[in-house]
Amino acid sequence: MQPIKLLSSAIVAALSLGVTQAHADNHGEKEPLNIVSWGGAYTESQVKAYHEPWTEKTGQEVVNIDKAANGLSGLRAQSEAGNVTWDLVDMLPSNAIVACDEGLVEEIDHDALLAEAPDGTLPSEDFLEGSISDCFIPQIVYSNIVAYNAELFEDGDAPSKIADVFDLENFPGKRALQKKPINNLEWALIADGVAPDKVYETLETDEGVARAFAKLDTIKDDVIWWEEGAQPPQLLADKEVAFASAYNGRIFNAAVNEDQPFEIIWDGQVFELDGWVVPMGKMDKVEDYLKFATDTQRLADQAKYISYGPARKSSAENVGQHAETGIEMKPHMPTYGPNFETALPKNDEFWADNGDELAERFNAWLAKS
Amino acid sequence: MSETNQASTASLTTADGVDLKTSLQRAERRSRRRAFLLVLPLLLFLMIAFVFPILDMLKRSVENPEVSTLMPNTVVELADWDGDSLPNEEAFVALHRDLVAGRESRKIGKVATRLNYERSGMRSLIMKSSRRAKRLEPPYQAAFIDLDEEWGDPTLWRLIKRESKPYTFSYYLSAIDRQYSDTGEIEAKPEYQQIYIQLFLRTLWMSMLITFLCLLLGYPVAYLLANLPMRYSNLLMILVLLPFWTSLLVRTATWIAILQQQGVLNDILVSLHILTEDTRAQLIYNKTGTIIAMTHILLPFMILPLYSVMKTVPPSYMRAARSMGASPLLAFRRVYFPQTIPGIGAGSILVFILAIGYYITPVLVGGQGGQFITNYVAYHMQTSLNWGLAAAIASILLFVVIIFYAVYNRMIGVDKVKLG
Repeated sequence: MQPIKLLSSAIVAALSLGVTQAHADNHGEKEPLNIVSWGGAYTESQVKAYHEPWTEKTGQEVVNIDKAANGLSGLRAQSEAGNVTWDLVDMLPSNAIVACDEGLVEEIDHDALLAEAPDGTLPSEDFLEGSISDCFIPQIVYSNIVAYNAELFEDGDAPSKIADVFDLENFPGKRALQKKPINNLEWALIADGVAPDKVYETLETDEGVARAFAKLDTIKDDVIWWEEGAQPPQLLADKEVAFASAYNGRIFNAAVNEDQPFEIIWDGQVFELDGWVVPMGKMDKVEDYLKFATDTQRLADQAKYISYGPARKSSAENVGQHAETGIEMKPHMPTYGPNFETALPKNDEFWADNGDELAERFNAWLAKS
Repeated sequence: MSETNQASTASLTTADGVDLKTSLQRAERRSRRRAFLLVLPLLLFLMIAFVFPILDMLKRSVENPEVSTLMPNTVVELADWDGDSLPNEEAFVALHRDLVAGRESRKIGKVATRLNYERSGMRSLIMKSSRRAKRLEPPYQAAFIDLDEEWGDPTLWRLIKRESKPYTFSYYLSAIDRQYSDTGEIEAKPEYQQIYIQLFLRTLWMSMLITFLCLLLGYPVAYLLANLPMRYSNLLMILVLLPFWTSLLVRTATWIAILQQQGVLNDILVSLHILTEDTRAQLIYNKTGTIIAMTHILLPFMILPLYSVMKTVPPSYMRAARSMGASPLLAFRRVYFPQTIPGIGAGSILVFILAIGYYITPVLVGGQGGQFITNYVAYHMQTSLNWGLAAAIASILLFVVIIFYAVYNRMIGVDKVKLG
């Protein structure tokens, strides 16, 4: 009897769920937009800069789904199941290329779809060079950096180079690094003396990869691996680690909004874009929102809440002060002159090709403890 | 049956004149149908929730539709290629046709993803070639090699030919740290890429250890439950069941609070001067953490079957053994313990099978060293998106469980298992 009872209660639950679902569909004139993004401070900046003005303007609600970390697999699963529920997905360009190649997302005609710059420049001209691809609409330039908790280091002896992260003798303490090969292999090579513009060339060779792993070996026992973008600021704040790799905006947010004593090592920053893709068949639903949310003003607005650079050239001059504290945003941007000197652009094609193999090797390396 | 017997039953009829045998059969059929209708929802549920997904998983672990369906012309041309020289112009014409068609249908990316699992660089080669294929001029052999000299490499063509069959074992090979060599033989992966066998073994031995610890801790508790006076045993039962009813995540998170370096246990040990501030023990984010948390979480699954078996052992047997001069230990060993073996068997197989497929606790408290093979199934489902490999690993796990179950059945017998 027990299983039957269970089953019947499951059926009842499923039915009532269906009822509430149907109820939700009828409610309001416009269906809400299901937007997938990264959660935390980043989604917050999108809510303030894009979603709230949009809802105010049109009355359409936005549902935030913090699933961008698994955006590509989610899209694949929904497309295989024939039931795509996401309307717009925030994605890295390398994944956008894969999603585009596999026909999971709509191809974009940027000039026809998006708003022109205030001076009439076409979107394809206005977005940063090389930033748009077939299915990808860039929003921001962000950077992967290593930050440290300044309270753990004497004023004169604070770390300043990426090589310091690999120097356990002079800079003791645990390090929090992201649990994937991307960025870590690049930093290992830079710390080992490879010039930033030779990093990917070196990683193409077996010796180069072995060299990067050998360098990572030197700190392996002192690394805590993180997976969600919200973890590194937390680990730094708890002083569980002395260093943490992170997205620069998260560190900025913790330092400015929460007054944490975090400093960013800009040396060897790996920068890349982040932007939107439209799941297959959703273009009609999100068209108007997209045009609104990626115009010059909205992208500039976002930079008031988080230290990511807008992907439109025309937005740059509108970047001003932080919305709450009023501090000047420009010095906190990855693209700001002194920060940018040894910056490394992430090579999406390299990772699209070698990501599978290097991830496998990285996992095997991690599992050998 | 004898003649007379049949004749006598045939003459019997019910009150309304129907043959008794027929009437009986009808009634039985009716009750059988009713019984079947009652279990039908369960049957459907099992089919939908277990049988179909498992079949689908098994299918996915071997199916290989990408090259065969999306590059049909190339596959046909490669069928009678000798495998050593460069394929002829016809093969390149077919490649051109497939790439142009794949570009238009926007499905060629699936081929690129599939082949990139086998050989790094295939993704960009296929994508680049498909983007430019339309503009290429015959002769295509020269044109493709001019586009990228990789196309002149016979090992690449051997790879395409090998993966052109609709079914493949390469996911299973990957799942046991093997791969196809350039010439199509099975070889071990390079040492630095081997991972899964080690993880399968780790999952097995840690599950066995957890099962053993559960037995060690659970046996005395179950004994007390079964033998204490009612008012104490009821209280004890609540203490066993309360954590059992508490959310798994809550219990795991509680262990994090207790075991972490700045956690309760370390604080106590430091304040008792057993440890110093600098030597706080690392009790979590490693194998220790996984073993402690999982033993605690799975303990009720050991205690409850043990208890239900011990409850049926009459206390008079032990008294009889003692009265005949057996020492308490001997009486326990020879009289009590053998009667609890069905409970030990049931609890152990339950805990072991649950442990081997455990996922969330190793993720949260296991760090790197305490990960189970299931964590890599999830990794390949969610992050690497290599669902074929995820299916292959999961299938192997399923086979392992079935083997253990069969061995268990041989040695102890499933019919002896008592759950209550």
